[in-house]
Amino acid sequence: MDFRFDIIVEYAPYFFQGLLATIGVSVVGIIFGLILGLFIGLGKMAKHPLVRLPFSWYINFFRGTPLVVQILLVHFGAMPLLFAQPNAIVSLAVSLSLNSAAYVAEIFRAGIQSIDKGQMEAARSLGMTHAQAMRYIILPQALKRMIPPFANEFIVLIKDSSLGMVIAAPEIMYWGKAAAGEYYRVWEPYLTVAFVYLVLTLSLSKLSHYLERKYSTS
Amino acid sequence: MIDVRQLKKSFGSLQVLKGIDVHIREGEVVVVIGPSGSGKSTFLRCLNLLEDFDEGEVIIDGINLKAKDTNLNKVREEVGMVFQRFNLFPHMTVLDNITLAPMKVRKWPREKAEAKAMELLTKVGLQDKAHVYPDSLSGGQAQRVAIARALAMEPKVMLFDEPTSALDPEMVGEVLSVMKQLANEGMTMIVVTHEMGFAREVGDRVLFMDGGYIVEEGKPEDLFDRPQHERTKAFLSKVL
Ligand SMILES: Nc1ncnc2c1ncn2[C@@H]1O[C@H](COP(=O)(O)OP(=O)(O)OP(=O)(O)O)[C@@H](O)[C@H]1O
Ligand SMILES: [Mg+2]
Repeated sequence: MDFRFDIIVEYAPYFFQGLLATIGVSVVGIIFGLILGLFIGLGKMAKHPLVRLPFSWYINFFRGTPLVVQILLVHFGAMPLLFAQPNAIVSLAVSLSLNSAAYVAEIFRAGIQSIDKGQMEAARSLGMTHAQAMRYIILPQALKRMIPPFANEFIVLIKDSSLGMVIAAPEIMYWGKAAAGEYYRVWEPYLTVAFVYLVLTLSLSKLSHYLERKYSTS
Repeated sequence: MIDVRQLKKSFGSLQVLKGIDVHIREGEVVVVIGPSGSGKSTFLRCLNLLEDFDEGEVIIDGINLKAKDTNLNKVREEVGMVFQRFNLFPHMTVLDNITLAPMKVRKWPREKAEAKAMELLTKVGLQDKAHVYPDSLSGGQAQRVAIARALAMEPKVMLFDEPTSALDPEMVGEVLSVMKQLANEGMTMIVVTHEMGFAREVGDRVLFMDGGYIVEEGKPEDLFDRPQHERTKAFLSKVL
């Protein structure tokens, strides 16, 4: 079997654009997923069950339904209500943000609840407010424990951004499929795409190991 | 100094404190003993509102804990607490463990907080441990740091909940001797403990709790040598 590098070379500019798009939607998904997830996680830990309810259902919905369905709902359902011409990349970034927020919320909640109750009690008994105890005592310890599950979640997110294909969002997978369609070739385009994802996910996992080591020296 | 009237507390349907009345004078060392589950920890935790109580009154240094205008954090600044399991902050050095609350709560400048911390570490014999992390301390050392941490807030009252129960026997003495020194300096202390020797030697008064009540109280020598109630006798015969 001959391996046609010329296909890869020809598509290189598109693959590069696709790579930028994949990185873009992933970064947006991670950042907004973190912000929104933090908020939802806090809501899920509220004292009053009625306050918790909407947050629980947010998490149930986004964890309990396929991401593809969510992407279709966002792009063809929600976005047209806001924009006349929904942009597929925007829709994909929004879907990934909403989806990862649900997972982030759970990681966040589990991380905080994994810290021994005695830590909060000791902090409060010293006169610290709840907010001070969270900021100086609970969060620094919890965040360290959250690094590995966050890394996992964001690796999944990067790979799942390939589902943007179903709404023709021009991320890297989209261009792989385009090349495959044009040349009737499987190996060249898809191996290239696979390689790009592998580089992205391995970099993220290296970063996570680095952070873990950095914050566990104390 | 501390006035407790008809203090009642339930967890769900389980009433743990059924009406506690006690008055504690400034500088007094009160030792609380009693069987497991009798409500000793709950009683202590109500005094700094780590547990919210249902009924009754607690007045500490003139502040009514349940009054509407009472700031809980202010009360806790005046009431230090030492826990059975130390609860040191593992992500901070010993020094930072001690200086954090004075700096963040009392708003002391760092120099003042560190000077105070070093003074206290010297007092508990651990000045050379200022820059290590808690996980490198022995149990006895950790508990002495925890005591120093509570003292750094310059509380008016110190609560101890079984401070030596989690320690290896050879480390109990070093913690008790720090507590004894504190008592001699005139600190008002409430100590839940099974160390009857300490109770006898340092305690001004012993409270025997059982089933959510203070069943009997008195000077250590009276309560230990001439207990009046059957339940006190039964308990003492098991532990002495
Ligand atoms: N947060 C809680 N929720 C429900 N029940 C509790 C809680 N804390 C304590 N209890 C119950 O209240 C009772 C008294 O507990 P407490 O810890 O005050 O006893 P204690 O005298 O300190 O016992 P020990 O000597 O074992 O420490 C026990 O039956 C305990 O199970
Ligand atoms: Mg107890």
